[in-house]
This record gives sequence, C-alpha cells and structure tokens, in this order.
Amino acid sequence: MSPADLVLFEEDFRRLQQVLRKLRVESDASVVLLVDKNGQRIASVGDVEALDMTALASLTAGNVAATDGLARILGEREFSVLLHEGEKENIHVSIVARRVILVVIFSNRSSLGLVRLRVRQAAAELDGAFREIAERMEREPVLHSGIEPLLTEITDEDIDRLFSE
Amino acid sequence: MAFVDFASREIHCKIVYYGPGLGGKTKNLQFLHERTCPSRRGQLISLATETERTLFFDFLPLDIGSLRGFRIRLHLYSVPGQVFYDAARRALLCGVDGIVFVADSQAARLPANVESIRNLEKNLRHAGYDLATIPYVLQLNKRDLPSAMPAGELSRQLSIKGEPTLEAAATTGAGVFETLKAIAREVLLDLRRRR
Repeated sequence: MSPADLVLFEEDFRRLQQVLRKLRVESDASVVLLVDKNGQRIASVGDVEALDMTALASLTAGNVAATDGLARILGEREFSVLLHEGEKENIHVSIVARRVILVVIFSNRSSLGLVRLRVRQAAAELDGAFREIAERMEREPVLHSGIEPLLTEITDEDIDRLFSE
Repeated sequence: MAFVDFASREIHCKIVYYGPGLGGKTKNLQFLHERTCPSRRGQLISLATETERTLFFDFLPLDIGSLRGFRIRLHLYSVPGQVFYDAARRALLCGVDGIVFVADSQAARLPANVESIRNLEKNLRHAGYDLATIPYVLQLNKRDLPSAMPAGELSRQLSIKGEPTLEAAATTGAGVFETLKAIAREVLLDLRRRR
C-alpha cells in the first residue's frame, strides 16, 4: 500500500464527525467540512444538502493549491488560513494536520473572532485524531489493509460490469 | 491516491486529463457530462477565461457503479494546456490516480504533443510519481479532421510504454466513453496490483 493512501474506518469517521459537529455548534456555523488536499471530501456536518459539497471540496482544494503556490513565491511554507468574506456568507479555510483542509461556512450571525477561536481548538483535536490514524496505519498494517480482500479479488469482469449498470 | 471511505462504502479516484492547449480535454469532460444520467454525475465546474480557455481546471465527478459493494466515484480533472499555466498543472497532479493524455492528431500539433508529454513527465516526477508506472491512457483526439496524422504513425511517436491507445473525436463524442473506461480499468487494476 502506498504511504500516501488514506483509508478511513467507521470509528475514525465518527470521531472526525464528532469534532466537526462540536465546532459547528460552538462557532454557530452553517456547514463544517474536512477535505483532503487532493479535493476529496472526508467528512461534513450541517446544512450539507443545500450545497454541492463535491464541488465545494474540489474548489477549496484548488484554492488551497493556488495559495500554496503564492506562499512559495514569497518564501513561506504555507498560508495556513484563508478567509472569504461575502455580504451574508463567509468561508474560513485552514490547514490541519499538514494535509487536511478544514472549511467553516458561517453567516454574519457568527463572528470571525469566534470562528477563529473555535477552529484553533478543533484543529488541535483533529491533529491528534489524524496523528493516531497515521500511527495505527504504521503499527497495524494488516488491520489498516482491510480493503485488501476487496481489491485483490477484483476481476476483469467486475470492471467490465461497472459501466454496464 | 485513491481515497477509500469505509463509512459510506465508496472509493474515490482522481483522474487527470492532460495534453497540449486546444487538444480537446475540456470537450471530453463536457461530452461525459452531457451524456451521463444526472443522478450519476455532479456539476461540471470550469474555471476558464472569458474566451473559454481553461484557466485552472475543469472538474467533473462521476459515479460509475458498484464494485464488490463499494461505489466507485471518479473525480475527473482537466488541466490548462497552455504552456504558461504550468503551476496549475503541477497543483492538479497532487494525489492523481490515473492520467489520460489527450493528443491533438493534427500533424502541425505533433511538437506540442511531444512537449506536453515531456512536461507531464517532469511534473509527475515533481509530485513524486513516475510516468513509467502510473496508470496511463493515450487518446488520439481529433481523428475526424482531414489534417489528422495516420493513427499508427502518431501512436508510434507518442506512445511511451505500450499504454492503451484510443482514437477519438471529442466534439462528436466518438471514443470519449471508451477512453474513460480504459483509464478506469487501468486505475482499478493498479489498485489491485499495489495490494
């Protein structure tokens, strides 16, 4: 398994959701989501039906990639926080655990100061969660590779069937 | 890197359409978007200039069905082809699972194809990948144009490792789904191989 692969188990997912849920309530946000730097949505809470979350995840990752490029030009390692202010809605974007993007969407009902404070607290918890996931993947590669039976058993016929559904 | 989500039983794979400017990468995604049932696809996002040249990327999420109880979701990106958008291309290769190289079949575009493949090789290396091992499909696009080079000759010039090679005309849709199937197969077989 490539070291860059990310496998998320149900207990990891529940733990991440719990942190996001707490952050949403405490920062009075409408949506909170976690996105991999490659643009994959990892977890989300809040009014997620109202928004195209897949597009949001991809565009956020693109945004972060572009900002990383700007940081490099200035000799910075990264710009760890991005903020987009609208008339009614705002987006706070931050990097946690070096590889994951935390997105908080909040209206003017909340405040930037509150969001920043709560994001900092949640980031510490998420750092811990991702560190433990990484450590478990190191320590228990067999458990981590629970996907293996699925993937090694894939047949050519399975793949052909995919497109005929 | 494929993202496997056990909680929702989904496997997400990132596929990037690469190639020289005006080669038909965006057209591939537009055709897939038009011809896929709305329940199986997301919104097509194009970050383009006012003249519809890709500025940063096009993005199309597609659900291609279930495999052993897991939904397979493909995230298709196309990069800007113009030479000076290299930073955007590098950014998009981060976490890629498979590449479709969309070659422009017109004889006059052969040097641009060759340069773009070299650029792909360099940018992949920069992102920690090797073109020799990453799932890769070559699409010979614009086969419908009278100025197209013979397919065999073009393929000989551009093929780098005996990759699956498909002829296409993305404006009419010929070969577009076949190309997607070919890269999906390569990516899934690679996931199996890597285990």
